[in-house]
Amino acid sequence: MADPKARSQADIVLETKRLTKIFGGLTAVNHVDLRVHKGEILSLIGPNGAGKTTVFNVVSGIYKPEVGNVFFNGRDITGHKPHQIVSYGVARTFQNIRLFPDMTCLENIMAGQHCRGKAGLFSSIFRTSGQRREETRIQEVAASRLHQVKLWKFHDDLAKNIAYGSQRMLEIARALASDPDLLVLDEPSSGLNPRETENLMEFLTGLIETDDVTILLIEHDMNVVMGISDWVVVMDEGRKIAEGRPEEIYTNQRVIEAYLGKDDEEEEAAYAATVEH
Amino acid sequence: MESIKPSGIKSIATSQRAQILIVIGAFMAYPFFASDYFIDIAFFFGIYALLGLSLNIVLGEVGLFDLGHAGFYAIGAYTTAILNTKFGIPILVLLPISALAAALFAYIVCSPVIHLQGDYLLIVTLGMGEIVRLALINNPFDLTGGPNGVFGIDFPSLGGGLFIDSSIEFYYLIWIIVALSILGLIRLQNSRIGRAWNYIREDETAASANGVDVKNYKLLAFVLGAALAGVAGNVYASKLMCVSPESFTFWESCLMFCIVLIGGMGSIPGVLIGAAFISLFPEIFRPFAMYRMLVFGSAMMLMMMFRPGGFWPRKRGAVEFRSILGAPGRDDG
Repeated sequence: MADPKARSQADIVLETKRLTKIFGGLTAVNHVDLRVHKGEILSLIGPNGAGKTTVFNVVSGIYKPEVGNVFFNGRDITGHKPHQIVSYGVARTFQNIRLFPDMTCLENIMAGQHCRGKAGLFSSIFRTSGQRREETRIQEVAASRLHQVKLWKFHDDLAKNIAYGSQRMLEIARALASDPDLLVLDEPSSGLNPRETENLMEFLTGLIETDDVTILLIEHDMNVVMGISDWVVVMDEGRKIAEGRPEEIYTNQRVIEAYLGKDDEEEEAAYAATVEH
Repeated sequence: MESIKPSGIKSIATSQRAQILIVIGAFMAYPFFASDYFIDIAFFFGIYALLGLSLNIVLGEVGLFDLGHAGFYAIGAYTTAILNTKFGIPILVLLPISALAAALFAYIVCSPVIHLQGDYLLIVTLGMGEIVRLALINNPFDLTGGPNGVFGIDFPSLGGGLFIDSSIEFYYLIWIIVALSILGLIRLQNSRIGRAWNYIREDETAASANGVDVKNYKLLAFVLGAALAGVAGNVYASKLMCVSPESFTFWESCLMFCIVLIGGMGSIPGVLIGAAFISLFPEIFRPFAMYRMLVFGSAMMLMMMFRPGGFWPRKRGAVEFRSILGAPGRDDG
């Protein structure tokens, strides 16, 4: 997927057009166009407050955009409810881990399968054969996802009692349990130690092969961004200021300005000098 | 991947099954050893257990503060009272009708406010409970009999054969209803519906981001809770043979709230303990009736300080399984 030509030919999984989200007087996201192609890892980067998480919240249906549209697999999903969007195949994680703390790890993962079940009140109370089959399937999917992130040994433990790094992986496994086409990860490596980060990168790249998913992530750790992304989009103050392959972004002048500021010409010159060396 | 086994969530250990059978046996045998007075106390224990179970769906499973639950109870009781006295419909036929009436009322009243969070919802439900009571006092359409209420409600019957008129029969009626409710609720707890309720209680945003239709599941909890409260109202009305607004005050909602808090949110055995406490406590302390509220208040305070999770909090998944068997666990994966 590193070949840009291959990228432009692959199907578009997620597309936003002129996406705009306004909070009071603040335009958090301003006419952002995003294209995520099938089978790639796209990183969304930018300084704090650039509007990255807001883009995620609009895509996953938590916010409604003021202007613009979100298309998923060619279908307009703008303004749909979060639970509908999950059922279409977009699963997400949160920047500050949001598990169900007082439930077991297995029960947490079973949440992912909720939208794939349909047992209602009466079939649950009377335990119809269809409902029992569905429960077994939910448990099997949850168990296999728990094995996939190597956390099966904690399946009976409450989610709040496992280590921070494991909680991150548990949240990813929960998102995966809905069998998504697109996985939206908000800073998956934050709070992880270098070793855990390494494992995460390996896991995510492996996921593209094994699970036929596409990944959209927000990331601050440049090693992760440069290491696993096929495409990088840079945002600043609500706007998309650059996009390209990781190595292009690394030397892009506007990106450097966004991160380091551009008012002070001396500083800029100093930075350019260090880059050259 | 060697051990994808179904989780132990649904398995009940044999020793636990024996315990359950002993409890059921004790409930069945109780009336043969007790006087009518104590059978009646156990009947009201059953009513409060049913009310506790009904509020537990809303408060315990979904974590929604509902301080107007007596309103649903009242709708059930008055539906039974009015339809029975005006049209002579047998009480047991009215049982499902009362449940439906209370459920419908909950659906209509809760739909517009279901998005409210925490204490905001608490205030709205509190107001709703009070409005129901005041409406009953104001005797709308000359149906509710104003402050005096409705008199002359029949004993439960099915029109023909089945006829319930003694304390013992009332006792069995309410406890059979409680037992069936518990069976249904345990099955719900272990279904995707019960889990969805718990996901909402734990983290609403995460629940909706995982495909749970938060609004609908909250509404379902209210509707189902109201339906059970309506059933309790039906049995209560025919036991007392009269209903009046005084039976459905704010205090009644508070008692139900206490039942769930004392027992432990979302725990069915906890609800039974809470209901026992609320209904038996006044009887035990009858000689000291003056100090009853004092003792009750202090007990609640001590409870909040030393056992904030309730007397019998719900244990999750196979944790319960393991502690009973003493199995080491964590040997695979």
